[in-house]
Amino acid sequence: MEKVLGQKLASPTPRISSSRRSYGSIFPHLDWLTILTYFVLVALGWMNIYAAVYSPDNVVNILSFDINSGKQLVWIGASFLLIMVLLVVDYKVYEHLAYPIYGFIILLLLITLVVAKPIAGSRSWLDLGAGIRLQPAELAKFATALAASRFLGSINLRQQNFRDQMILAAITFIPPIIIVLQNETGSALVFAAFILAYFREGMSPLILIIGGAAAAIFILTLLVPQLYLIAGITILMALATWLDYRLLRRFKIMIALWMVVVGMIFSVDFFVNNVLQPHQQNRIKALINPEADPLGYGWNVTQSKIAIGSGGFWGKGFLEGTQTKFDFVPEQSTDFIFCTIGEEHGWVGSSILIALFLLLLVRIVNIAERQKSVFARTYGYCVASIIFFHFLVNIGMTIGLAPVVGIPLPFFSYGGSSLWSFTILLFILIAIDANRAKDLAR
Amino acid sequence: MNYLENRKYVIQGIFLLVGIIYIIRLFYIQVVDSSYKQAAETNAIKPIIQYPFRGLIYDRNGKLLVQNTPVYDLMVIPKDVKNLDTLRLAKLVNLPLEDVRERLKKARAFSSVQPSPFYQKLSTQEFAYIQNNLIDFPGFHINARTARGYPHQSLAHALGYIAEISPRQLEDSTYKGYRPGDYIGKSGIELEYEKYLMGQRGVKYKMVNVRGVEKGSFRDGAFDTLAVAGENLVSTIDLDLQAYGEYLMNGAKGSIVAIEPATGEVLAYVSAPFYDPNLFTGKDYGKNYMELLQDSNKTMFNRPIMADQNPPGSVFKLTQALIALQEGVITPNTTYACNRSLVNCHNHPSPLNLYGAVQHSCNPWFYQAYRLLINQGKSKNTFTDTALGLKEWREQVLSFGFGQQLGIDIPGEKRGIVASTDLYDRVYGKNRWKYSTIYSLSIGQGELGVTPLQMANFAAIIANRGYYVTPHIIRSIGDEGKPLKEYREKHYTSVDPKHFEPIVEGMAEVVRAGTGRRANLQKSGIEVCGKTSTAQNPQGPDHAVFIAFAPKVNPKIAIAVYVEHGKWGGQSAAPIAGLMIEQYLTDTVTIKEQEKWVLSRKYLDIRSK
Repeated sequence: MEKVLGQKLASPTPRISSSRRSYGSIFPHLDWLTILTYFVLVALGWMNIYAAVYSPDNVVNILSFDINSGKQLVWIGASFLLIMVLLVVDYKVYEHLAYPIYGFIILLLLITLVVAKPIAGSRSWLDLGAGIRLQPAELAKFATALAASRFLGSINLRQQNFRDQMILAAITFIPPIIIVLQNETGSALVFAAFILAYFREGMSPLILIIGGAAAAIFILTLLVPQLYLIAGITILMALATWLDYRLLRRFKIMIALWMVVVGMIFSVDFFVNNVLQPHQQNRIKALINPEADPLGYGWNVTQSKIAIGSGGFWGKGFLEGTQTKFDFVPEQSTDFIFCTIGEEHGWVGSSILIALFLLLLVRIVNIAERQKSVFARTYGYCVASIIFFHFLVNIGMTIGLAPVVGIPLPFFSYGGSSLWSFTILLFILIAIDANRAKDLAR
Repeated sequence: MNYLENRKYVIQGIFLLVGIIYIIRLFYIQVVDSSYKQAAETNAIKPIIQYPFRGLIYDRNGKLLVQNTPVYDLMVIPKDVKNLDTLRLAKLVNLPLEDVRERLKKARAFSSVQPSPFYQKLSTQEFAYIQNNLIDFPGFHINARTARGYPHQSLAHALGYIAEISPRQLEDSTYKGYRPGDYIGKSGIELEYEKYLMGQRGVKYKMVNVRGVEKGSFRDGAFDTLAVAGENLVSTIDLDLQAYGEYLMNGAKGSIVAIEPATGEVLAYVSAPFYDPNLFTGKDYGKNYMELLQDSNKTMFNRPIMADQNPPGSVFKLTQALIALQEGVITPNTTYACNRSLVNCHNHPSPLNLYGAVQHSCNPWFYQAYRLLINQGKSKNTFTDTALGLKEWREQVLSFGFGQQLGIDIPGEKRGIVASTDLYDRVYGKNRWKYSTIYSLSIGQGELGVTPLQMANFAAIIANRGYYVTPHIIRSIGDEGKPLKEYREKHYTSVDPKHFEPIVEGMAEVVRAGTGRRANLQKSGIEVCGKTSTAQNPQGPDHAVFIAFAPKVNPKIAIAVYVEHGKWGGQSAAPIAGLMIEQYLTDTVTIKEQEKWVLSRKYLDIRSK
């Protein structure tokens, strides 16, 4: 099937606008599995937000606007309105307006950078008045995804040139640079996820491999004493060169590679200790050894692991957790919402949640693959990549497998900006997907 | 471009791989590793100790000796403090401004959300005053708890006190279950009966949040236990008699121990100088304690059971006579002349039989009687004969409770000293001492040391004609309880009861017409039997000693009185004994001239001989 699809893609379909059939409702064409998964995640998230802030000595109704769950219900309601709008709007708007939207968001990011008042060190919140605040960094994700997809759809993928690559890189990395300046490094890191989408569209796997290897060396440098690491890599590379004649022929390249690796090992140390800000250093230290300072930089990871670990196989039951609701876990309704699942619903609940995310991700990839245009397909992959990156880092940090980076769990964490940005991200894809037959027909 | 489609699988593979790694990792921390569950419990579940009421202590007539009184602490929750007028607060609690700031700083350093004591142990007046003004000081509140209280000022040495458990006690496994900040008996009855008085602590498990703020009970209190109040104790002390004894001893140094002979119950236990037990309950506890500890009169010294360095003096002649009668070396009619070449004496009729010798406390008489006791001719060698005699004599002395802890239920009792062959062998060498070396024992001087309690017990033995019940100060534990088993047994001495009658007669003569006339209660129809004594001591003039019991037949009270540096038992100690006996037996005092004499303290100024 993929082969057929690929062939179809490979051979440009002539555009015959006259034969476009008229469509009725788009509802029969919606991907209901994805939508259902979305609703389940949002509903579960809402219940867990309530559980996270629930206090047995002062029970507040789940619907009360005094607590996060009540407010989240408003954001959820607003999201449903948003979904209606996204599905009703002509799907072609997203492609046509991709650049203007992107430009507008860049402008918004810059304005935010200038006018925003720092909140917890971050200047990423735009105060809209009436107590409503917006985080443009969240919206930058779907805007960048749209723009990057539009750009990839507009060029000849097989004849990529350096100029195109540079433009794509610029589209991808201008927003995160501004976001870093806003001191929201976590949100900026998300843009690295686009590499996965570009990989699908033909980017050299080397970049993925080099990126992966660099990350591996980075982590190993922190975990293993420098001398052992260098000795190990030297022996490994020498062995590979000696065993494989092809590598032997590229002896000089191997030497150069070795020097790069060793240089990187030395510079990681310098980077961590001299370049990173103290709170960033601590997050990396906490990842490696949270027990070293459980009350200091290891607090978040230690407490989060305790909360999840205390859940056991079946969990303590809804509203029965003690670690999350008594504030041992920080940010328990936003970034550390997964702890509530882990504590109250145990391994079973955590695994079901992970399975739900995997279902969604795999489904989105399948949706992307069935798109007829490069724009739609790329956008689909961008959606999957962004959701995956959040999933990877957010759950990873709560179980001590990723550094503590303040990014929310999609559809789950408390917060309007986050929920809306993921809703927009996903439902643009669903809207495009529901109309894919129109493309086929034209 | 075909090959790019396969990258779909790479990407989906990455997704699945991460998901599977996470599920495995979760299985490890949630199911395999149990340490997180324990960590969670210590995190969020806080056991809160429910302190039981400490047992109360009553006197033998049901009067309250020790009670629990509410104590008020002014607490502060720094987070809730708003618009604090520090100057007014300082005035309110009557503290210097700097002190107030320092206390606030300390509270803040402890916790900003948990209450910590700002000013402890407010008096009732302070409490009322501060309570009225507290409305202007948000963040401050009063916390009520209980402390020991005494509706009288008596019996401090026997009651003892409670205080916070020391760090060293906490490390000791004997005190397992105590926690820092717990109050524990430190001396006296409070220490001896700690396990009965303390009661049983309860525990409430509360859920707390990360800042230690309570968030309700854990599993609706399924694991909670209630506190059980400590057992009440009934003391053998007669509070009126005790207070009267302290009244008589006020300003002097010494001891009074009064015992009910038949039961061993301690009726009065005076250690002078004494202090008000309430001094150890207020907020100045630390200061008061140090002052008393460093006091030159040794106020904290528990004299009745700890002053064991003083020889018994003439009272011991009674012991000698009893043992000599038992050994058959004398009879009540044995008569000696007062031969002052043997040992010095004072003016009295001579020669004397046993009754007279007791009445007039004739030193040469007992010198000669004791020689018969020690040198019974069981060995031809005079040295070994003396050693043999001393050994057998010592056994009998010990049966009177001398030279050992009697076992009273007040901690810290001393043994005293009774001369032994080992002691003399060490000092003089084996077989290098004989009767002429040790003869001062005959009149109760020399290598002898007895506590006032042992003396009172000795008076009780004579009153009982031959036995004693270990003196004790608690007669029942719990509302319907009995004293401990060891306080219900009679201990007979080695001397047959029939030998006691001549001694009793002699003692009756001492009070009727001898050195103990100031204890005479003939006008009230009470026949008192007594014996005076002087205890030589290196600190200064002799201590005055008097033991007595009354009535002569079926005695109700036995007593020992020590007046330090009171010189003569008859002058200083006898009137106190007489007054105490009359007070106890009749609840009134008729010998007012003796009371006046005692309170004048003139005997302390009389020049020593």
